[in-house]
Amino acid sequence: MSWPLMIGLVAGCYGLKALGVSKLGGRVDRRLGPAVTLLPAALFAALIMIMTFEDAGTLTLDARAAGVAAGAVAVWRKAPLILVVAVAMAVTAAVRIVT
Amino acid sequence: MRARFGTISWLAGLIGRLGSSRGSRPYLRDCIIVSLAVAPTGVTFGVVADAAGFDLARIIVMSALVFTGASQFAAVGVINDGGSGGAAVGSALLLAARNALYGPVMRRALPPSTPARLGAAQFVIDETTAVSTAQTNRRDATGAFWFSGVLLWLVWNACSIAGALLGAVLGTPETWGLDAAFPAILVALLAPHVRTAAGRTAALAAAAVALGVVPVTGTGVPILVSVVALAPALWVRARREDSPATDGTPGEAPGRAL
Repeated sequence: MSWPLMIGLVAGCYGLKALGVSKLGGRVDRRLGPAVTLLPAALFAALIMIMTFEDAGTLTLDARAAGVAAGAVAVWRKAPLILVVAVAMAVTAAVRIVT
Repeated sequence: MRARFGTISWLAGLIGRLGSSRGSRPYLRDCIIVSLAVAPTGVTFGVVADAAGFDLARIIVMSALVFTGASQFAAVGVINDGGSGGAAVGSALLLAARNALYGPVMRRALPPSTPARLGAAQFVIDETTAVSTAQTNRRDATGAFWFSGVLLWLVWNACSIAGALLGAVLGTPETWGLDAAFPAILVALLAPHVRTAAGRTAALAAAAVALGVVPVTGTGVPILVSVVALAPALWVRARREDSPATDGTPGEAPGRAL
């Protein structure tokens, strides 16, 4: 990621926090609160689908799906994040070796 | 994270008691628990950011200045998936938008002068809001905000740097399954957001639309898709609010997410 984009990311993330503590904060809260609260659920779900099933512009079912499914089970079992990552990577690598 | 809570809360209790002998600060224990709990997550961020091709300088800037975990993971994940820088920043900013909702809730804990409040804004995130709003009076809310904010910042940065260095030592070829690590991380980040009916609707709608539009579009699409998916989710939320005693819409009370 280029430095101009990094600076944009830093400025944007700080700007949103600053907007919240400013006088405008209360207004944002009332008008956009429900939508903003639901954004992470939608965005995470869309990103998960793209990262798991997309390959060069088409949908594919490959080793990633098995790894992510195993990771999801780890999440459901309340495993720490580092274990979720380890499980997902190990299962994906194992499926790649087998197939 | 939760698996380690036994040890962490014991440690925190010990440190908290030491602290409370010098005055009554009931929030110290909570602050320390929250800060220690993000340590493994910070290490994970460093490792995966390094594996996704981020250099140490960028990882340090991310953790020190962006300082909002979910956005950091999303940005790095989109880049690792071959997405554009614009898509990475756009996704991160949409996730960071919820930090703007915490300001009004945190008013009593923040300094009254505008310059000081703008400085404090950097620490207004999920965890500090959760710890601070749980306090019963203004003095404790302020103390909890600053103590958790600074401690979290230190732990988060130290751990992500440690993770980056660890990642450099390990080396992570693609064959290890790194491409599945990012969606798995996002599943963990998604979990606290699907506890409500509206959250589940948003997630399912976004997942369905994302899969549907993949053949016609490129990267950056999840951002647009997620906005479209808000429509049915907001409808579900509005319906739930009409009837009393439903899922208690968290909205203003952040969970233990990043």
